[in-house]
Amino acid sequence: MTGMYEKVLDWVNDFDHADPEYNERAHEIWEEFQGSECPVAHSERYDGLWAPFTYEMVHEIAYDTEHFTSQGVVVNTGRPLIEAPVGPAPPITSDPPFHNIARRLLLPPFAPKVIAEWEPEVRRLCNDLLDRMGAITEGESIVDGAVQYAQSIPVNVIARMLGFPQEDEALFRDFVHNVLERINEPAEDREAFMQPLADYLDKQIEDHRANPRNDLTNYLLNAEIAGNKLSDEHVRGSILLLLVAGIDTTWSAIGSSLWHLGTHPDDLQRLVDEPDVMMFALEEFLRAYAPVTMARLVKDDYDFHGCPMKANDWVLLPFPAANRDPKQFEHATQFVIDRQENRHGAFGLGIHRCLGSNLARLELKVAVEEFVRRFPSFTVDGDTRWSVGQIRGPRELPLRVVKTS
Amino acid sequence: MRVFVDEEKCQGHNRCFAIAPELFDVDDYGTAFALNDGAVPAGLVDKARLAAANCPEFAITIED
Repeated sequence: MTGMYEKVLDWVNDFDHADPEYNERAHEIWEEFQGSECPVAHSERYDGLWAPFTYEMVHEIAYDTEHFTSQGVVVNTGRPLIEAPVGPAPPITSDPPFHNIARRLLLPPFAPKVIAEWEPEVRRLCNDLLDRMGAITEGESIVDGAVQYAQSIPVNVIARMLGFPQEDEALFRDFVHNVLERINEPAEDREAFMQPLADYLDKQIEDHRANPRNDLTNYLLNAEIAGNKLSDEHVRGSILLLLVAGIDTTWSAIGSSLWHLGTHPDDLQRLVDEPDVMMFALEEFLRAYAPVTMARLVKDDYDFHGCPMKANDWVLLPFPAANRDPKQFEHATQFVIDRQENRHGAFGLGIHRCLGSNLARLELKVAVEEFVRRFPSFTVDGDTRWSVGQIRGPRELPLRVVKTS
Repeated sequence: MRVFVDEEKCQGHNRCFAIAPELFDVDDYGTAFALNDGAVPAGLVDKARLAAANCPEFAITIED
């Protein structure tokens, strides 16, 4: 299980998103901050951490590359070893002007029309997972929407794109858990338990060098900046990004969407009766249950709306909270399945807009469509276990199948 | 009616192309641009407004 933490008793002055209570009660906690005089949490944990919860503040920081660096995007007890402007996992950890160069290398393989071609493959994968659930008895069978379904979808797709062995699926989830959930363990322990991931990536890169094939790993190995091949560090960092960012983010979005449908029968019925409403529902799942909170580091001491931020303090960018800010969205705390105006920031705002957003959308849409097609009626039945840390989504999600198609 | 995409503001969220592929397209980097110089046929006025209302970066403007 995750981490050693001291239970948070004061969310304003001793904030810690690694306390399991945070993701369980997130919506409530954000509402409290958004309704209070001071919508920014602070903590001495992680050697200094701030968390603003309004859309306006999150938007401001996302656009401000002068006072905040992306060099570190996962809050933890240490600080990143590879410095700006490249950072340990380009382009997500890169700052301008290098950021744009590293990002343009990776945009074409994730462009909308390229990603659209994966749709039949994703649909087949979802149906395989549903088939593997075995015989289902209406009203009796309980399936785990997170463990038996959501968690396997993105990991399979990204492994295929990178050209990594499918059978290493469990290993990837373990790596991602180490990076994103074991954030409050001592920095030296983190270095030790992250080593197998670095070794694994080196082994894969070696294998791709020796046996080139048509996948993203070789794409990165062949890529050039101003006529020069990328450094080993850059290649390894970008693969690390694709592997980590492409797995439990989308897994969380799929799980949260199924959780919503399993607790809101009217919305589930609407999707069953009117499949075209998915065009709006998809964006509303992303707004109301955005899984990803990003982070920045403060460059130099900076007074942010009266908050005395110190150089090297962490700042969380809770886009999921911004998406539920009543000052920005009408009926912000309600799920409106056919919401017409929905400028949510689930994939971030500004220059670091999620590179994989088109793939994430495709996986979320297809995963929900296929699940609902197979099980047109289901309810959450039992305890949902939520993730810990910056990515919010169900890790265990017991669903009772009421009706099969 | 005409629609405009500010390419400096566009970050490639792809919302406009998903909503109204008759009016917008995206390049290899995901950056959106308006088709037919932004001209909006009468039947697509609602879609144009919907696309503008869903851009997270406020990159789309409409001229009536």
